[in-house]
Amino acid sequence: MSETLNKIGYLKLSGLEPLVITPETNFVNIGERTNVTGSKRFLRLIKEERYDEALEVALDQVKGGAQIIDINMDEGMIDGEEAMVKFLNLVAAEPEIARVPIMIDSSKWHIIEAGLKCIQGKGIVNSISLKGGEEEFIWQAKRILRYGAAVIVMAFDEKGQADTYERRIEICERSYKTLVEKVKFQPQDIIFDPNIFPVATGIEEHRKNAVDFFNATQWIKENLPGAHVSGGVSNVSFSFRGNNVVREAMHSAFLYHAIRHGMDMGIVNPTMLEVYDEIPKDLLERVEDVLLDRKDDATERLLEFAEKVKGGARKQVIDDAWRSDPVEQRLTHALVKGIVEYIEEDTEEARIKYNMPIKVIEGPLMDGMNVVGDLFGSGKMFLPQVVKSARVMKKAVAYLLPFLEAEKSQNGQHGVAKILLATVKGDVHDIGKNIVGVVLACNNYEIVDLGVMVPAEKILETAIEKGVDVIGLSGLITPSLDEMVHVAKEMEKQNFRLPLLIGGATTSRIHTAVKIDPNYSGPVVHVLDASRSVPVAGELINPETKRDYKEKIKDEYQKLREDHASRKQTKSYISFEEAQKNKFAIDWENTGIIKPPQLGNLVFNDYSLEEISHYIDWTPFFQTWMLKGKYPKIFEDKTVGQEARKLFDDAQHMLAEIISNKSLIANSVVGMYAANNINTDDVAVYCDENSREELTRFHFLRQQGKKGKNLPNLSLADYIAPESSGKQDYLGAFAVTSGIGLELLIEAYKKDHDDYKEIMIKALADRLAEAFAELMHEKVRKELWGYAAAENLSNNELIREKYQGIRPAPGYPACPDHTEKRTLFDLLEVEKNTGISLTESFAMYPASAVSGFYFAHSQAKYFGLGKIDKDQVLNYATRKDMPVNEAEKWLSPNLSYNP
Amino acid sequence: MNLKKILKDRILVLDGAMGTMIQKHKLEEKDYRGERFEDHPHPLQGNNDLLSITQPDIIKEIHKAYFAAGADIAETNTFCSTTIAQSDYHLEELVYELNYQSAKLAKEAAREFTEKEPHKPRFVAGSIGPTNKTASISPDVNDPGYRGVSFDELTTAYKEQAKGLIDGGVDLLLIETVFDTLNAKAALFGVTELLEELNCDIPLMVSGTITDASGRTLSGQTANAFLVSIGHIPLLSVGLNCALGASQLRPYLQVLSRESDSFVSAHPNAGLPNEFGEYDETPEMMAEQIEEFLKEGLVNIVGGCCGTTPAHIKKISELAAKYSPRQVVLEKIIV
Repeated sequence: MSETLNKIGYLKLSGLEPLVITPETNFVNIGERTNVTGSKRFLRLIKEERYDEALEVALDQVKGGAQIIDINMDEGMIDGEEAMVKFLNLVAAEPEIARVPIMIDSSKWHIIEAGLKCIQGKGIVNSISLKGGEEEFIWQAKRILRYGAAVIVMAFDEKGQADTYERRIEICERSYKTLVEKVKFQPQDIIFDPNIFPVATGIEEHRKNAVDFFNATQWIKENLPGAHVSGGVSNVSFSFRGNNVVREAMHSAFLYHAIRHGMDMGIVNPTMLEVYDEIPKDLLERVEDVLLDRKDDATERLLEFAEKVKGGARKQVIDDAWRSDPVEQRLTHALVKGIVEYIEEDTEEARIKYNMPIKVIEGPLMDGMNVVGDLFGSGKMFLPQVVKSARVMKKAVAYLLPFLEAEKSQNGQHGVAKILLATVKGDVHDIGKNIVGVVLACNNYEIVDLGVMVPAEKILETAIEKGVDVIGLSGLITPSLDEMVHVAKEMEKQNFRLPLLIGGATTSRIHTAVKIDPNYSGPVVHVLDASRSVPVAGELINPETKRDYKEKIKDEYQKLREDHASRKQTKSYISFEEAQKNKFAIDWENTGIIKPPQLGNLVFNDYSLEEISHYIDWTPFFQTWMLKGKYPKIFEDKTVGQEARKLFDDAQHMLAEIISNKSLIANSVVGMYAANNINTDDVAVYCDENSREELTRFHFLRQQGKKGKNLPNLSLADYIAPESSGKQDYLGAFAVTSGIGLELLIEAYKKDHDDYKEIMIKALADRLAEAFAELMHEKVRKELWGYAAAENLSNNELIREKYQGIRPAPGYPACPDHTEKRTLFDLLEVEKNTGISLTESFAMYPASAVSGFYFAHSQAKYFGLGKIDKDQVLNYATRKDMPVNEAEKWLSPNLSYNP
Repeated sequence: MNLKKILKDRILVLDGAMGTMIQKHKLEEKDYRGERFEDHPHPLQGNNDLLSITQPDIIKEIHKAYFAAGADIAETNTFCSTTIAQSDYHLEELVYELNYQSAKLAKEAAREFTEKEPHKPRFVAGSIGPTNKTASISPDVNDPGYRGVSFDELTTAYKEQAKGLIDGGVDLLLIETVFDTLNAKAALFGVTELLEELNCDIPLMVSGTITDASGRTLSGQTANAFLVSIGHIPLLSVGLNCALGASQLRPYLQVLSRESDSFVSAHPNAGLPNEFGEYDETPEMMAEQIEEFLKEGLVNIVGGCCGTTPAHIKKISELAAKYSPRQVVLEKIIV
């Protein structure tokens, strides 16, 4: 309408819901994790076409408060247009994500246009500029207008990117006039990005980068009516990569000034942002000196300071100011920061204030845990922090317990949902289950933890007795998968309808869908990790969502089953006989075999933990705590680096204690034996070289998938010389543990309600066991067997398996049959020699234990068996003298058919 | 006479349902075919838009009945006249002619009435329906990323339809029953591109559909988000039609009335359908509810959708004459 021409409205955007940017809108936060150029994880997910997880990234952004999500697919290795369209179409089907407007981010026009054709709401194009000349600029802007989107305009023209105040305003003014006058673009739909460049780079010309941005922003707001200003903030601190303390301070100070100058939206990583008021004054002064170009030596002074605060030294300063806050805030602070020091006195104060202990739990403590839950849910807190929070909570509750019991008559039920957790029969692994328990407890669920090796009957009895709302099963070893199927069948038989959660290292969505779900008519959900357990439990328990959610999951699993069934047919297998013919053929004639100096078993008990600790591979330790990254680079990671460092320091501290108190004991047994390959796939172990009397025989399995040209169908047996070669070969075996004494430590931490230390000690004991296996293997190669006496490798090279020979373990990919562990244990007399025992599912107890074979041949390498056909299973069962159905049970994850 | 000028003075009345009126003639396959499509290899019964060619008198009579009842604007009989919707009948080739003929018929009827009553000129709006495909929803529940129709296909189809309507002489275009905003955006894209090519300026109306009490379109947008999503094109009016009866439509009309700086239209159904899919609100019942919007000053254009007849429109037009139109309020000004 012509009357409105001179009046400028608000910038209005939409997803499924509107977003109107008014002068009162302080700052619009644009989510930046769905960008392949900015997030390695997102790039990997898109490359591997894991769109489900990619959608979760988007969802996390929205849940974390992003008001717009920026989507970028500009990567050489992917088809950007296809990925953009696919992702946007999937986003459109997720109302929780599609709620917010989309920012289509690409430097390629064809990707932008493809994206615009997918969004029903009014989004933002990021970006266009005068770089390619005015004609192209006008043409693109006209198209964008016709599609109905706002636009980000970069301060860039035919001569290049604006890098001074004058160039910035010159280009922005020209762009604005062109858009408003020639294209008839609504002025409020124009957003300028006047280029945020790094400061404190040491280069003289960069000194004014931030000031120029601020001033240009102000000029735009004053002179180009209606236009907005945006930018990517993290650029400004580019020269301080690796120093998060300084970077976070720079980002907040930059934003603080930019917003005051009129910047009204931006791409900011919320986890890389300090609270402006919490920046220490001395640091803030130096940061602002740089940003505002206030001193000639500003850069030097900030660099100097940066050296000092590197590695989080700033956090060492104990800040007691929070102690003077009201008690509710102190409790929240203690929960969020994981501080146990004052929890009892604060809880007592709250108890007196609130008069009833239950009110303290339901009031300030639960409020504090909700803050923790929200922060964790939005990625602003990490697992180790949450576990520490839970420790504080448990202490507070333990303190209140006697008071609660004293007045139990007054209170009815608690009303919170109960979740039963158990590691299934035959399995002893529980770190993951404990983490899930802690995370769920933090989210206001009552946890009934039945511990490890829990039979189905006990799970179901307890579920009824305690009136739980959800049952969660955990397991790490493959036989546990069958046990879970068994539990599901029992639940069906007994007419249970409770939701069943499945988790643990060997479990998978596909296994849950194919093997467990069809056996139970209630909801069955595979939970990938602890953080996923909360939303899943929520959906399953909430009466408003549970039915839809169940149907959704059932449908999803049905689809997975169909996909699985159709995929299976396409994979082809060769007969076992052909596979044996295509074995890995070693030229035994020209192979030198080293004889171990001493045959038989050697026991090394009470081994030095100090020595073992040097062999620790720390990367999996961080994985246990759900912190992703490789040691030691993880410390530099901008998201988890700081937490990883804290966790590592705590681990080192505990490790030092264990070593000095000798609170764990490490035992091991290794053995070397004369051995030969028999009948292609078995290995016979002899009493000694001269007598051919067999001590025992190991049975191996052979890959049966159809291989490419010149690729063998491997079996571990191929690495041992056959009798027919006329050569005497040798096989080694080992079992190690570092978990003797672990029970006592755990008991003590349990008593102290200290989940953090309980999980920590288990994680450390596991690492020590792996390290001990590494150490013994090296000892075997260099001395005890001595086939690689000259080897000289660093720990890092050991971790990367640079050595000769392998140590595969029964139950793992190359030899997945756990029952061989029994044979191995008998040969090594493991129970007697080390104190490690086997459960009925052949899990080792204590869990911090490793056992396996040593193969010395220089060409021996690790491989995965993959699926095998029935002909091999029949042959294997005969060789092992085991009923076929039993063999099928133990090999079920590897069967190419349904028995 | 200028439509925008009239709209400032009084509430304009849009006509009622075409389908409901056609049903009363109880037409059979042979009536739909006429002589021209006697040998068409596919069934044609139910292709109401085809009647503009095979039974032009019936269609023209319906337009006249609505004009006689007091309607200011008639909608062409072209709700399904896109290649996408006509593919069900294998009549994609006929799309231009369908639109052209329908526009001509309605325009002839309008002219007769304008001549008779020059103080009340009659207008024709080219009806552009949503097609039977959605651009932002997958038809396959197992594959949410799949789409049954692309933006480009829709743009092309809408552009073809608009060309026929404009050549046939319509005074304005009405993109209606928008259940997926992306379809509407494709329509607007095609139509504005066409107008630029023809160097012609025809007012555009857009009317969305809130599908149920959730207050959202089928594609999930709130009324306000829908309004924002089509805000890039200057429109004569935005409004809501179909799916709901007048009283259920009211809260969403309030949103449009508050937020939009275009004129606002409403053409609700005659209530919600009963168990037999029939609409049984009488003209009196419907008028009573519509009077609520008029009292509140929510609308500038009002009419009827499914289930309404000339009797309904007569009641509505009597009411509309009694009330003043909604005042178009400009947004808060920031500069």
